[in-house]
Amino acid sequence: MNAVPLFVAIPLGAAFLIPLFGLWWKKSGEVLATLSTLVLAVMAISSIGAPAVTHHMGGWAPPVGIALVSDGLAILLLIAVNVIGFLCLVYSLKYMQVYSGLPKYYSLFMLMVAGMNGVVVSGDLFNLYVFLEIASIASYALVAFGVEADELEAGFKYLVLGSVASVMILFAVGTVYAVTGTLNMADAAREISTRFGGPEMNPALLLAAALFLMGFSLKAALVPFHAWLPDAHPSAPAPISAMLSGVVIKSLGVYAICRVFFHVFGFMPGVTSSVILANIMIWFSVLSIVFGGLLAVGQWDLKRLLAYSSVGQIGYVMLGIGVGARVLATGGPRSLAGLAILGGLFHLLNHAAFKSLLFLASGAIQQATGTRDMKQMGGLKERMPITAMTTNIAALSIAGVPPFAGFWSKLIIIFAAVKAGLLVVSFIAIAMAFVTLVYYVKLQREVLFGTVRGAVENAREVPALMYVPLIILAIFCVGFGLLYPVLGYRILEPARDALLNGAEYIKLVLG
Amino acid sequence: MKGMTLIVKTISDFVVAFIVVFGAYIVLYGHLTPGGGFSGGVIIACAFILLMLAHGKDVAFSKLSERAAHILDSAGAIAFLVIGWIGVVGGFFFLNVFGRGEQFRLLSSGMILPANIAIAFKVGSSLFLVFSALAIFRRRSFRSMIEDELP
Amino acid sequence: MTVYFLCVVLLTMGLYCLVAKKNIVKKVIGLIIMEYAVNLYLIIIGYKRGGVAPVIERGMNPAALERFVDPLPQALVLTSIVIGLGVMALMVAMCLRLYEKHGTFDMSQISKLRG
Repeated sequence: MNAVPLFVAIPLGAAFLIPLFGLWWKKSGEVLATLSTLVLAVMAISSIGAPAVTHHMGGWAPPVGIALVSDGLAILLLIAVNVIGFLCLVYSLKYMQVYSGLPKYYSLFMLMVAGMNGVVVSGDLFNLYVFLEIASIASYALVAFGVEADELEAGFKYLVLGSVASVMILFAVGTVYAVTGTLNMADAAREISTRFGGPEMNPALLLAAALFLMGFSLKAALVPFHAWLPDAHPSAPAPISAMLSGVVIKSLGVYAICRVFFHVFGFMPGVTSSVILANIMIWFSVLSIVFGGLLAVGQWDLKRLLAYSSVGQIGYVMLGIGVGARVLATGGPRSLAGLAILGGLFHLLNHAAFKSLLFLASGAIQQATGTRDMKQMGGLKERMPITAMTTNIAALSIAGVPPFAGFWSKLIIIFAAVKAGLLVVSFIAIAMAFVTLVYYVKLQREVLFGTVRGAVENAREVPALMYVPLIILAIFCVGFGLLYPVLGYRILEPARDALLNGAEYIKLVLG
Repeated sequence: MKGMTLIVKTISDFVVAFIVVFGAYIVLYGHLTPGGGFSGGVIIACAFILLMLAHGKDVAFSKLSERAAHILDSAGAIAFLVIGWIGVVGGFFFLNVFGRGEQFRLLSSGMILPANIAIAFKVGSSLFLVFSALAIFRRRSFRSMIEDELP
Repeated sequence: MTVYFLCVVLLTMGLYCLVAKKNIVKKVIGLIIMEYAVNLYLIIIGYKRGGVAPVIERGMNPAALERFVDPLPQALVLTSIVIGLGVMALMVAMCLRLYEKHGTFDMSQISKLRG
């Protein structure tokens, strides 16, 4: 018995206990949700450096039974999801007090965490789909939680597009099952590599790959499929925006792309379809970087700016992973592919920290000043020093200013892209890094510094329960950059190795 | 919703009991014949939905109040999770640790029967809740909707 | 082979309904048609002409195993129908709420956010 199923069982149990206890005990949501997310965060952190394990549900060994797999990549995502989840939950204790129906909120929150943890540890394609739907349905409901006109419209849009993505993913899962006769990811990978290896990939598998890429890109909001994100993320309550931008698009989108394409389909050198898939991934990410960055510059709504910036930054994450895939598929050096993937995963972790910080801070600002319009703000540093300082750190980190973590991850990605010979792509990535700097300088000038004006005059610092998560996340933003040689390699390098060695994964699951 | 005519009320009163018994049969024999917790739970929920359609929401809620449905809803889910936890005794989540029993008998196949019952409670009560939520909602907004759409 | 194409046709019809119709209730119907097309596809994967129920008994003739239908896609479809039910309930509730706010089901009149 190992602890892997607990990552799903604890939040699921809390999600069902909260409404039950909520009938008698008004504070049940706060207490139970805080306790369970705290336990999950501690469990996730204590699994750093743990060896990869599988758990066979019901004692049925794969490929017959469902396996829960926790390898390096899964541990990286578990840390991101559960730590950010805990901090967002602590923040919502105070922030959400103005809303009604709080037990439902905490129940949905725990369902979302359960779904994301399930996606991350699942070793079975259909199970991945089911957990993905659990997380998605909870997030649709949470986006529309305020039931105002904007929130409902954004929630409906998100729901329709997310459901289309789910239909595509289910179609692809069915196709993979029809071709390989198995749903277990490791078994499907073995079937694909032994029966369908070589330069001619089976057309049905190509269809499945295309559908998977489309579905997961929709969940990750890469550019041709990004239309829901700039509406849904700003409309949600601030802790939910932070969860959506910080971890949901990563665990449902980027993680699923990594798992399915690196482990199930595999990037075999010399296979034309693999090269095409990797190129498509790079094109999606470049489009995301360009459109997300350029659209963010023109925004005056604080949360919309952050949402567009999420599109751009998720492009950087996918760029690292796509370059790694391309290097693998064209038969380049594995160390270079590893470097690119490491950059992508490092940026994933950094983006989880600073984007959730920025969204939480935007919620604090909105609650203190009553507006999200950047034109009505200024000099926040005088009135809300802690929020302003932490926002500043996150903005510097996301813009890629040297000592902070965001600089190193972007540097690694761009360096890997240059080494891989993708000069135009790396030039675009560098140029758009400066655009990122531009819109975060705009945020600093308009909101944080300058003279106190507009809605900021009557603002006061938010209570401690709301700024302590901000401070912890700010420490992460600085710490990931400085402490990489001490701590980072213990999280990131196992994740990179897990992605690079598909054969290890098959051996781990099937024994 | 005030309910429908006397004919509908009488017939539905007569039929509801049979529907519930049939649903319970589907649940209890789910591991032996086609069916199971979900299908049986849906059938049981249909009985209560029929009551609500025929008699209006007050009668339906007097049989199964909203609060009781909420409790059953969460309790069913928790019971299912607890059944999964019992398997941990044997080392694996959802391990079937109970005896398998004799083939084709009601008390056989270990924890599948209790799991089916738990699912039936969960599905039946949550489907009833979904329907009642939408029906109550409809009462508030449907009148204005009809007035708009009619010529 | 034809049945697979018919599934894709059904899927495309749902997608057309989702994209082209302005009424949000019709959009919901389109989405449900898409879901059912995929469910149909999964069922067809597991179909076998003249198949029997996959129940293994003691002392069974091994040749009978050949005639078993694949039970897995049916389990998948059941799960996906349940998920579809949850999504549908949420969508209908949101449609009703949107109607309450705007007094219309027309998406072009509801739409204020610009993507």
